[in-house]
Amino acid sequence: MNRPIRRVAIALGVLFAAIFVNLNFVQVVKSDEYRNHVGNKRVLLNEYASPRGQIVVQGTAIALSKQTSDELKYLRTYPQGELYAPVTGFYSYVYGRSGIEESEDKVLSGDDPRLFGTQLGSLLTGRNPKGGSIQLTLNKAAQAAAYSAMKGADGKMRRGAVVALDPTTGAILAAVSTPSYDPNELSSHNANTMERAWSKLNDNPAKPMLNRAFNELYAPGSVFKVIVSAAALSDPAAKITPDTRVPAPNGYWPFDPKKTSACPNDPTSSCVKNFDGETCDNGKTATLAFALAKSCNTAFAALAVDKLGGQRIADQAKLFGFGDPYTGDPPDLCHPPALNVPLPVCTSTVGSTGDLTDKGSLSHTSFGQQDVRITPLQAAMISAAVANNGSLMKPYLVAKELSPNLSTLSQTEPTQLSQALDPDLDTDLQEMMEGVVTAPEGTGGAARISDIPGVVVGGKTGTADTGIFVNGKETPPHAWFSGFALQNGAPKIAVAVIIENGGVNGNETTGGLAAAPVAKAVMEAYLKSGGGH
Amino acid sequence: MTVPAALKIPTRRGSELLMLVFAVLLVVAAEADVEATRDGHISSRLITYAAVPIVVGLVTHLVIRRVAPYADPLLLPIVVLLNGLGLVMIHRLDLGLKQQAAQSGDTFNNPAAPTQVVWTAIGVALFIVLIVLIRDHRVLQRYAYTLALAGLFFLVLPAVLPASMSEVNGARIWIRVAGFSIQPGEFAKILLTIFGAAYLVAKRDVLSLAGKRVGFSIRSRFIGFDLPRGRDFGPLLLAWLLCIAVLVRGRDLGTSLMFFGLFVVLLYVATERAGWVVVGIALFAVGAYLAYQVFGTVQTRVEVWLHPFAPLTSAQLAQGIDPGYQLRQSLFSLGTGGIFGSGLGNGHPELVPLPATDFIVSAFGEEIGLFGLVGILVLYALFVVRGIASALAVRDAFGKLLAMGLSFLVALQLFVVVAGVTRLLPETGLTTPFLSYGGSSLIGSYALLALLLRVSDAARRPATVPPAKAKETVPA
Repeated sequence: MNRPIRRVAIALGVLFAAIFVNLNFVQVVKSDEYRNHVGNKRVLLNEYASPRGQIVVQGTAIALSKQTSDELKYLRTYPQGELYAPVTGFYSYVYGRSGIEESEDKVLSGDDPRLFGTQLGSLLTGRNPKGGSIQLTLNKAAQAAAYSAMKGADGKMRRGAVVALDPTTGAILAAVSTPSYDPNELSSHNANTMERAWSKLNDNPAKPMLNRAFNELYAPGSVFKVIVSAAALSDPAAKITPDTRVPAPNGYWPFDPKKTSACPNDPTSSCVKNFDGETCDNGKTATLAFALAKSCNTAFAALAVDKLGGQRIADQAKLFGFGDPYTGDPPDLCHPPALNVPLPVCTSTVGSTGDLTDKGSLSHTSFGQQDVRITPLQAAMISAAVANNGSLMKPYLVAKELSPNLSTLSQTEPTQLSQALDPDLDTDLQEMMEGVVTAPEGTGGAARISDIPGVVVGGKTGTADTGIFVNGKETPPHAWFSGFALQNGAPKIAVAVIIENGGVNGNETTGGLAAAPVAKAVMEAYLKSGGGH
Repeated sequence: MTVPAALKIPTRRGSELLMLVFAVLLVVAAEADVEATRDGHISSRLITYAAVPIVVGLVTHLVIRRVAPYADPLLLPIVVLLNGLGLVMIHRLDLGLKQQAAQSGDTFNNPAAPTQVVWTAIGVALFIVLIVLIRDHRVLQRYAYTLALAGLFFLVLPAVLPASMSEVNGARIWIRVAGFSIQPGEFAKILLTIFGAAYLVAKRDVLSLAGKRVGFSIRSRFIGFDLPRGRDFGPLLLAWLLCIAVLVRGRDLGTSLMFFGLFVVLLYVATERAGWVVVGIALFAVGAYLAYQVFGTVQTRVEVWLHPFAPLTSAQLAQGIDPGYQLRQSLFSLGTGGIFGSGLGNGHPELVPLPATDFIVSAFGEEIGLFGLVGILVLYALFVVRGIASALAVRDAFGKLLAMGLSFLVALQLFVVVAGVTRLLPETGLTTPFLSYGGSSLIGSYALLALLLRVSDAARRPATVPPAKAKETVPA
């Protein structure tokens, strides 16, 4: 009987081998597929099984995990959801993550390899590791002031963005995008709540989930004149100072610079006129400082076309943080991002190389129309560099990454992106921008801060045509302000504000009217709070 | 003073004890891991769960030393380890289910682990009774028909009991009395193995007479097999009918597969004629086909096996049933565990329905991974190999058939379970011997161990030493 017994043993061996092969198939080959299958709750349970780290602003958690009694043990909550939503983002098991939740996910979830050492103990016992915390550079007072200042006179939130920077470090002090949304709803454990909020937000034409501060590109309008001014001051051949009188006719004909007659009432004409057809100084020439303060379009168009040329302006813009001019079709300016702060920031551009060589296009580029597009962060970077002796610092939002036991994993060291302007020349430009706020002809008077001693404000307004026509009528222009505050000569804060489509009185809006008061509110709140982050 | 040469054959009881120590250490380490992971600290419960393998190992070891000194030294430590690890996992699943209940606002108040300790105690008691009473396995031959009758009685009992006392999850294979449930099929399996071995030893000469030859010759070398004679066909047909009856009665695919496989293998080993296997497989195919045609449950199982991820039909959605849910959860569990597993206590095996009984293999696969699960499979393989080694070594035909039959039962059952939960074959709903939660399964398995140890003792016992008598004292 031993022979059949041996044969049965061999047959059983084959069966065991089949099990072994199949187990390898299930646990190795198909492992990832099964692990990540939508029907498998384990990944979700594990992700929510340990407390995620906090996102902290000046000692206050703006995103934190609360223990619940349901299956997903920790709920992500945002105590001041709408105020900080553009920064924190949301944390949803259906829609994924955004904002800092996304870009700092490794630290917050505890998966970061740098946390390995501190978590070795918990690894050994198999307990889920806790997440580390993220300390942001935001300033509570500046952020809150910016958000509430974006509320219009009618009580409704205006569309737009505010970004404030510490000019000396690049630390982002405020990043507001309005209208905002409540990340608590998207981070809910209730799928219905989540889905309802998601579709409501996506159907909203105001695009509340768009982070306008970093990811929307606008025509900068006259704010761009700061860059043209910098290019003019630093141009060795032109030899221009703030007091140099430059041509400032009532009408500038880019293809015939000799011609000084006023522009015809023809929107297709290449002739450049001043805002509202106003006269600049004596109607013939004006000092560069005056032209900036009064925001004369013709003076900058003439400078760009006849003195500087497009390449010179593009080079100067690049020193302020812009991308290279593009050829042909506009590329996807947001992918890849120009900067990661660590939120991705879209690339600001002066337009195409064609815009810079064609005189007609260049004349409009000089005052921030045509294809010039910038992010509100970029607008703030321009003022920050001017305030900081021409030195442009790399913007950043994360001050520190902390381990769960609050030891520092990393601390962001300020880094210089470029020297946008020679410090001597920068002093000239700084004074010119102060003139925009203080000079009688200045358009930015609304940003002046008079009740804090030693504070000087400089800036530039912008009123950017949208180029979008509805029923044959152009939609109201965007109102811009980009500026800075010095206290006792030291740069304290740079801020940029954009309010989409006016926000004051329809077409009557200007940057000085609508955006400058918001900038003032932010700077004042920051200076009064004593600064810091 | 000279010792007879035959007595020099080592009993290996010391090796057994050493391996038992290892088994206990492994179980204690596993329980400590579970507690540290779930609670963050090791509690006094550890003593309880450590005590089980220690007591079981020590008591059974001492009994074996006394009454079956030549028994295979590997079988007991393997069983103690499997039983201990099973208990740890059942306890761990209790903790998981308790947490799950708490999160949905329910209370969890029937933990399985304490009951399993009771079952273990009963199993060990039965083990001791059997191994002490049966000093020579050949005695069982005398009671073959009595045992067969008892086996059939056990099989039939749930069918005559009212459904309220016999039905669990749609299968009428239980006896439920006073809060305890017993699956008598687990005992019937062993009783019928004894009967089968005894019957075939008596009839093997008749059965091995060749009938028709099927095959062809190449250069006078015959390729093919001899069919059994028609009139000897009876036992196989009887087994086949019995299986169909079991299936019809209890909708129990697993048990009928076990019975049938057992009879075919015993027939083959007894008669040494491959023809029985061919006929057996053919009959099984017919039976399986009939079952598929007749029973909706079989069709569902096959459908789930083929398409576990198929979207539910509108009828299923309307009735709120999802037959593939369990298999999918098992695959998720195993797949998430991957090669190294999540660590004991750190996965979510409680998400698989019936995690402590039919799907305990998935629970191990999730938490100790492919590596750990293969380790457990190797333990079973060793157990089966040692059982078959006893079958090869034992001198009497009945002992050979008995040891072979018992080893085959363990091997086939394990294969069917693992193949089921890993989607190699349709799922059949069997427990894993020694590992799964369940009284009948565990007690039956300990009875099986007692018989196998008894045969192995006979196999390794020197020919000159008579089987131990109840009152005989072995001279030191």
